[in-house]
Amino acid sequence: MKRRRLEHSSEVHLRNAPLPALEWERASVILGVAVRALLPLLLLFSIFLLLRGHHAPGGGFIGGLVAAAAVALYALAYGATAAQQLLRLSPRGLVAAGLATALASALVGPLTGAPFLTGRWMKVGRLELGTPLLFDVGVFLVVIGVTLWIVLTLAEE
Amino acid sequence: MDVLLAVLSGFLLAPLAPWLDRRLGKRWGWMWALVPLGLLLFFLRFVPALARGEAFTRRLPWIPRLDVHLSFHLDGLSVLFALLISGIGVFIFLYAACYLEGHPHRGRFFLSLLGFMASMLGLVLADNAIALFVFWELTSLSSYLLIGFEHERERARSAALQALLVTGAGGLALLAGWLLLGQIGGGIELSQWRHQREQLIVHPHAEWALALILLGAFTKSAQFPFHFWLPNAMEAPTPVSAYLHSATMVKAGVYLLARLQPIFGGTELWNATIVPVGAVTLSLGALLAVRQREAKRLLAYSTVSALGVLTLLLGVGTPTAVMAAMVFLLAHALYKAALFLIAGIWDHEMGAREPERLAGLRRTMPITTAAAVLAAASLAGLPPSLGFLSKELFYEALRTAPRWPLLLLANAVLAGMALVAVAGLMGVRPFFGRGPIELQPRHEAPWPLWLGPSLLSLGGTISGLWPASLERMLLNPAITAVLGESVHTHLALWPGLNPVLLLSVLTIVGGIGMYAGRGIVRAPALPSVLARFAPSAAYASLLNGIYVLARLQTRVLQSGHLRYYLLTIIAWTVSIVGYPLVTRADGVALRRPAPEHVLDIGLALIIPLAALAAVRFTSRLAAIATLGVVGYAIALLYMIFGAPDLALTQFMVESLTVILFVLIFYHLPRFTTLSGRWARARDVVVSLLAGGMVSGLVLSILGMSPPDAISEYFVHKSVPEAHGRNVVNVILVDFRALDTLGEITVLALAGLGVYALMRLRVEE
Repeated sequence: MKRRRLEHSSEVHLRNAPLPALEWERASVILGVAVRALLPLLLLFSIFLLLRGHHAPGGGFIGGLVAAAAVALYALAYGATAAQQLLRLSPRGLVAAGLATALASALVGPLTGAPFLTGRWMKVGRLELGTPLLFDVGVFLVVIGVTLWIVLTLAEE
Repeated sequence: MDVLLAVLSGFLLAPLAPWLDRRLGKRWGWMWALVPLGLLLFFLRFVPALARGEAFTRRLPWIPRLDVHLSFHLDGLSVLFALLISGIGVFIFLYAACYLEGHPHRGRFFLSLLGFMASMLGLVLADNAIALFVFWELTSLSSYLLIGFEHERERARSAALQALLVTGAGGLALLAGWLLLGQIGGGIELSQWRHQREQLIVHPHAEWALALILLGAFTKSAQFPFHFWLPNAMEAPTPVSAYLHSATMVKAGVYLLARLQPIFGGTELWNATIVPVGAVTLSLGALLAVRQREAKRLLAYSTVSALGVLTLLLGVGTPTAVMAAMVFLLAHALYKAALFLIAGIWDHEMGAREPERLAGLRRTMPITTAAAVLAAASLAGLPPSLGFLSKELFYEALRTAPRWPLLLLANAVLAGMALVAVAGLMGVRPFFGRGPIELQPRHEAPWPLWLGPSLLSLGGTISGLWPASLERMLLNPAITAVLGESVHTHLALWPGLNPVLLLSVLTIVGGIGMYAGRGIVRAPALPSVLARFAPSAAYASLLNGIYVLARLQTRVLQSGHLRYYLLTIIAWTVSIVGYPLVTRADGVALRRPAPEHVLDIGLALIIPLAALAAVRFTSRLAAIATLGVVGYAIALLYMIFGAPDLALTQFMVESLTVILFVLIFYHLPRFTTLSGRWARARDVVVSLLAGGMVSGLVLSILGMSPPDAISEYFVHKSVPEAHGRNVVNVILVDFRALDTLGEITVLALAGLGVYALMRLRVEE
């Protein structure tokens, strides 16, 4: 039920329904409108950076920073509470999930008889998938989580 | 099922425990007991083969280059311990599920308990010394979490810390001993060392190695003078005290001694250290036990005494002594766990743990009474319990000990009397005694609480009556493993009239006397004199000294002003990097760098101008913006010189920094000039030096011919070995992924730190 409401609300932001109230008196309308357009683009871009990282400039760290910056901008425009609702998971949860993901990818090695953190690969058609990508997803999540943890804690005050 | 999976199952289940426990809910909590039950059945399967004299090894490479492997060795000794851990674990898990029913953190409790069980199994099964050490420290850590389970109480926290510091320090000594032994023997497998006895013990460093290892064993097994942490550990919930602090974890040191018996047994240092330490611990623990009024502390001191018995017997080291140790190990685990759980029943049902405040429980708690009587009989060494058998063997072993037999026997009989008095307090007084019945229970405890103590104490009696199969299946393989040669023993309930039996009778008579006259033993005159020299006082003053030192250095080093921290860090870096740069570099090779493009020159002008502007501005926003210009310009430089990953990161960090500053602005006071003329002059000098140092460093690095081995290696291996063409990222997530794993962990901790600081400020 909560999930559905959130999906609904994120859709609202992209269509032309009324904006959530700008929380700060000083926040500008320009920023609010710009963020509304930028947020999905930046998030998509961050995933693009994450996925291309293994072959071209990018990767989990940069991608994570882009995503975190996007949500941080949103928090500047609409306040920490609105940003928190947008996230679904708490920043703390993101950090934990990220560390767990990285650790899980590291444990694939020992579970298949190789040392800790050995990269393991498999082919799906022409696509090569490996544990380093999973590891990078972990980095991505930790970076988003830590950055937003700090930003949102500061913004809440 | 594989041994590896058996050991690791606890670790795999532990993280899920909080979630699983919530799913199980109130009524299905007993399901937790299925985990140790499965392990018990698994280890039981090995028993017949072990009785035939076989042994099993299983090895998984862990860090092959350092000879560190997850290797497990299953012989009579390790499987006896594994059976104790899993078998008693069944009742502890069952008991704890009921004991903590409705506790909001029961899942967290099972997380630690599962982690403990797995580490303890790993400890007794490990063959590789480093693996054993890791499991050893893991048991200390889980013990810390379990003692401090009720972490709102200050006493629980400090007791947990004390146990961790004492056993953890011993663990480090053990590691040092292992490494030394590894240097001497050229390998770190225990099974290999057992074959190198002659080579190891003649080496001049062998005594150091043994002393360090003994330090580990003595701290873990609460031997004098490290015994004080164990009674304090009784702050833990009762199932934990029964499991960790009497039946299993504290026996780890004893296990270690038994494991090392084939290597060091019979050497001078071995006998001269272990025998006196065990003897002192034995009588000290027993006498202090009688002085206690609270059941758990009373049992804790009697556990200290029991650990002294085991240590003493392994120090004596004759076949009879080793046999006595193994029988006593089993007998003690059975009756002591039962008695702890019974003390927990008093606490759970009546909210009182002082035996002398309770009276006449037999009327409403018949099953608990029966269990307590049987367990206490075993503790006192009354026939037909296993405790009786072990006490006979104990006296016999001391009587035939190669050194100081009379002294040891007298000491043991005195301690035995005190333990009979303890048995009276635990098994007779609360159930049969008369007195004010203000704490009368209305009914018997629920079944998960009484089942464990009943079966454990019944086991102690039955195995005392019919010891033959126990002896053949469990004890003989264990004794063989300790002695390194096969021995044939014969356990019998009625050994005939001999001097040892007379000693037993004397012990019981004296013990009844001590029970009656316990008021005298409790006279408080003695300790106030000794307290100042007690080991616990030494611990307290050591800990306090560390705090004093920490406070002192905080006062000296921590001014609390960011500007001084920055100044210190920068000045220090400049001096330690700058000094060798000036004295040792072969001159700065001013190879002309590449700026030929207009863009390069533009950026080279923009950066210093923006930096100067940032210093001059008196508006924060302007200063931040100009600093941002510096950052973006540097990122552009990265871009031009072919480091797009670095450039992207720099862009993002600059942007986020601006956002963070904007958020912080609202908390800052008005902009004012705080520094005087001199301070600013000093800062200018330090800044110029820092800038000059970094420029000089870069230029001199450019002049050097770079050692290319590693970067060439990465470039060549990136595509074939890591399937990636972006070398930077491949290094981050594959070649040096361990570093990255460490970094993201640090990052997470930094986030936690910022959060904690902000919250702390808000609450104040």
